Amino acid sequence: MASRDGKPGNGGPPLNEIAEGFAAALRLIAGLDAELVAIVGLSLKVSLSAVFFAALVALPAGAALAVFRFPGRRAVVVLINALMGLPPVVVGLVVYLLLSRSGPLGLLGWLFTPPAMIAAQTVLVAPLIAAIARQSIAELWSEYADELRSLGAGPFRSIFTLLWDGRFQLTTALLAGFGRASAEVGAVILVGGNIAHVTRVMTTAIALETSKGDLALALGLGIILLAISLAVNAAAYVINEVARVRAAENAA
Amino acid sequence: MSAILPLQVRGLTFRANGRTLLDGLDFDVEPRRCTVLMGPNGAGKSLTLRLLHGLDRPSAGAALWLGPKAADARRHQAMVFQRPILLRRSAAANIDYALGVRGIARAGRPARVAEALEQVGLEGFENRHARALSGGERQLLALARASALNPEVLFLDEPTASLAPAAAKRVEQAIAAIHAAGTTIVMATHDLGQARRLADEILFLHEGRLVERAETARFFASPQSREARAYLGGELL
Repeated sequence: MASRDGKPGNGGPPLNEIAEGFAAALRLIAGLDAELVAIVGLSLKVSLSAVFFAALVALPAGAALAVFRFPGRRAVVVLINALMGLPPVVVGLVVYLLLSRSGPLGLLGWLFTPPAMIAAQTVLVAPLIAAIARQSIAELWSEYADELRSLGAGPFRSIFTLLWDGRFQLTTALLAGFGRASAEVGAVILVGGNIAHVTRVMTTAIALETSKGDLALALGLGIILLAISLAVNAAAYVINEVARVRAAENAA
Repeated sequence: MSAILPLQVRGLTFRANGRTLLDGLDFDVEPRRCTVLMGPNGAGKSLTLRLLHGLDRPSAGAALWLGPKAADARRHQAMVFQRPILLRRSAAANIDYALGVRGIARAGRPARVAEALEQVGLEGFENRHARALSGGERQLLALARASALNPEVLFLDEPTASLAPAAAKRVEQAIAAIHAAGTTIVMATHDLGQARRLADEILFLHEGRLVERAETARFFASPQSREARAYLGGELL
């Protein structure tokens, strides 16, 4: 990597360049730089969509795992817990193979488009959401089971009831999913290709701009990504507090 | 007209982990009676209620509903637990939910919700969050929810055991009102005074066996078994 004044770099840019980069980054953010806004917008669109689609499957699946007793349930739980730590690059590779022109889903023509990125992140975060959902629903079920069975609620009504009454705890599962989706590079860069104005998101842009030496944009995006991550964690904390207070009220 | 009663219990046995927790119970529950299960901790009172209500399955023996609607017995019974299980919703929504599960049309529910709350003395509590109620109010709400279902039989597992005396009294009055309205009660309690006031007959359990079964007045006046005499005398069994 070479620094901007042309001298060969020895392990990175000098300090004053980092400071300049920061200043430029803040100017980009303050001025709502068009490219920056587009990249942030696409990032949010892709990751929020992925969390939405993952939740459609993962929340009922997590609840079903908490409620139903069937042979192999433990194995499925262990598998889902293991999949929580799926390496994003591996997910990207698998989705890439599925969507590539000769792959089974090649006809969709999704490769190197946002839908491919949404698909990859959906696969990436679904196990995380399902595992967290299963855990909080299992706690709620151990409390509700006798009453719901006494009333004669069937399995599907029970699952719906648990998802509804556990919605505060489940929001943390969704936020965790969003955190993981918005922070990963490996999957979106493989299936999206980091094409400017088409599939470039915050993480892939940071990777590219850093390697190009354009620290301003990289730092600006980094600051925004950090802020989003902080906001997500703060939201998770607040929601957990609300749920905890409600639980304490119940125990009183 | 009885729907599912009488209930015929024959040889009811429950084993878990190699231990026999209930050993061959035989008795009947007749319509409109209040049957009270008594006995020391671990005698099998709660377990008996769970088996009768169908929450657990007996290892041997059976509890058979002999009434004409026996095939649909679940619809005609309800249970209230020692620690009431309330959904994270308002008081009214808790009752509305139970009515919904039992297939009561939406239009008919609000009137039944209001009526049930009034029956237990919780009028005006519709919009209170169920989890923010006091212990006694929670148990009253659980009773209101159960009675809103118009069960023929209501199972109560030590409904006042964890309540302060004033709250226990309100709950007991609500139980008496529900019984007076025609509901058959099968209840476990530790409270001798409560058993004396509410029960038509006593089933006395000890170590998983039905040791004595008697009309209330006779049970308290002249208990036949050594275990019941010791229990009523305040001895530790």
